[in-house]
Amino acid sequence: MFADSLLSLILDPAVRPVALGTAALGAVTGAVGTFAVVRRQSLQGDAVSHAALPGVALAYLLGGRSEVVLVLGAAVTGWVAMALVSGVVRRSRVPFDAALAAALAVFFGLGLVLLTYLNKHVPGAATVRPQNYLFGQDAALMRASDLWPVLGLGGGAVLAVLLFWKEFKLLSFDPDFAASLGLPTRRLDLALTGLVVLAVVLGLQTVGVVLMSALIVAPAVAARQWSDRLGRVAVIAAVFGAVSGLAGTLLSHVLSGERATVPTGPTIVLVATGIALVSMLVAPRRGLVWRLRLTRPTPLAPSPTPP
Amino acid sequence: MNAVQFEVVLLVVAVAAACAVPGVYLVLRRLALVGDAISHVLLFGIVVAYFLVRDLDSPWLMAGAALSGVLTVALVELLQRTGLMKEDAAIGLVFPALFAAGTLLASMYFRQTHLDVDQVLLGSAEQVYQTQRVYFGSVYVRQPTLIMIGMFAVNVGLVAVFYKELKLSTFDPALAAALGFLPGVLHYGLMTAVSLTTVAAFDAVGPVLVVAFLVVPAMTAYLLTDRLSRMLVLSVLIGAAAAVAGVMLAFRLDTNTAGTVAAVLGLVFGVVFLLAPGRGLLSQVLRRWRQRREFHVTMLAIHLHQHEGTPAEADEARADGLHRHLYWTPAEVAGVVARAERGGVVTRAGELLKLTDEGRRRAREVLGERPA
Repeated sequence: MFADSLLSLILDPAVRPVALGTAALGAVTGAVGTFAVVRRQSLQGDAVSHAALPGVALAYLLGGRSEVVLVLGAAVTGWVAMALVSGVVRRSRVPFDAALAAALAVFFGLGLVLLTYLNKHVPGAATVRPQNYLFGQDAALMRASDLWPVLGLGGGAVLAVLLFWKEFKLLSFDPDFAASLGLPTRRLDLALTGLVVLAVVLGLQTVGVVLMSALIVAPAVAARQWSDRLGRVAVIAAVFGAVSGLAGTLLSHVLSGERATVPTGPTIVLVATGIALVSMLVAPRRGLVWRLRLTRPTPLAPSPTPP
Repeated sequence: MNAVQFEVVLLVVAVAAACAVPGVYLVLRRLALVGDAISHVLLFGIVVAYFLVRDLDSPWLMAGAALSGVLTVALVELLQRTGLMKEDAAIGLVFPALFAAGTLLASMYFRQTHLDVDQVLLGSAEQVYQTQRVYFGSVYVRQPTLIMIGMFAVNVGLVAVFYKELKLSTFDPALAAALGFLPGVLHYGLMTAVSLTTVAAFDAVGPVLVVAFLVVPAMTAYLLTDRLSRMLVLSVLIGAAAAVAGVMLAFRLDTNTAGTVAAVLGLVFGVVFLLAPGRGLLSQVLRRWRQRREFHVTMLAIHLHQHEGTPAEADEARADGLHRHLYWTPAEVAGVVARAERGGVVTRAGELLKLTDEGRRRAREVLGERPA
């Protein structure tokens, strides 16, 4: 019965493009996010998504009206913010986390200033509502044609990860060794950041600024519990991301009734977080449940000495 | 500046000053992103508290918000303690989840309630003139401004009382723990102060921009001084100055106040990053340029010293042949020789360059030879 209604929900022409789109998005953020988590830069996604706001406004100010142009503008300022963070950290003693937090808030402030200006002085711009980017638009508004940018650009990001797999892996685990081999570490670093930026801006409209960062972190953290090999972690993260996107979209449709429409972003994030928590509990060897079994008797306990 | 503008300036300056104090410790203790997480989660606390008391004006909403901030810190620490993830991933897992839960609750149950999203997220400092006045004799202060000034006083008081403890646990946590300073208590005390400050600033600047008020003044002050006490004072001054400039600019441009202040703070940091004495980008570049020039002169001295008194000297020390031996361009050689002459390192003897005593001393020092 339940399976039947779920199937009919997936096949519903209003739900299908959204479910497919968020699943594709989750797969891309899962794969790209693996690197961010491994490099201890999980919150890059958070900063990028906030820093994308002035880009949307600037693109609109410069005459861009189509979705793709606005997303491109978002990507540009998101990437510029990350490049500035990396420059400030390299050239001063400001720690990475402070620089990241500052870039996030300052760019967001700049974005607000530009959006307010737009709403007041550019006719017709009132449609660029900041909330669309903060909470994510009602995913119900997503059309099949919106799928193509996600699939195309997302596929490109995954392809780039595959092409530069060896380089990105080395950069993540031993940047000094990578530099000593003559790899252009700074350019690789910016490229990897660029992929995070791409993944984030693709999901901004669907999931929203604050929740986008969760799609970078949660699938990767969950996948990390299941394997110690980067390749497997990335693949599992992509699967978890896709499942979160799909299940979250369906959940939001199930929860939505006559009384209220539930946005897709929060449900996707809650599903992804749930997967991460379950993974932390039950994953073989690392999981907390598994550890309880192993700690009896504790390996560090002194063994009974023979009389 | 008219009366309305003055009231906004006063409020935003109070917000900036109150945030700048705990911000110093957030930057120094690498907790900037925890501050970010706390501010994002406040919405969750407000929604849950509203769920319980069903009154938008209840002070419990703010209490719930402050509690949710502390809860975030505790959850992040709990996840980190499992050893299954690093701190950044724990932060990235906790606050979006709580934020999502808050948004979900709000969208499912409070459709009718007017929780204005723009207002809640973006702050509304410019509407301070609509708030209650609190009179002291014939002068009055607006209620939110008074709360922020109180928050500033509380933060300054806490720092004054626990200055030594905070300083030691910030710069040498191990020693602080060994001396019995209870690092856990200090940490949670600090995070509670951050949480309360963020809550107090919520109406004026919103949860996202408050991060700029917390982090940027402290970060800027960090580039200007090595002393904690000076960093605290500078941080407050920078925050307050940017607040005044930002609010005035916002009125000029007729735009969002808090956003403009955040942008001005970013600009101030940029200028200090470029121009800070000793540590700024400009002095770094200048220092490197000067060292490069010094190094060239030293190289010339070493080259001449190596061939001094040997038969090869007639060729190796010719001013017009140096570019072949040192692999510099003739123009570079001319510049280096001119500087070396001016610096009293070499003198000209016809076609040849001769080391002065000073030049010989310099070459020997670098080569590790004993002075003759």
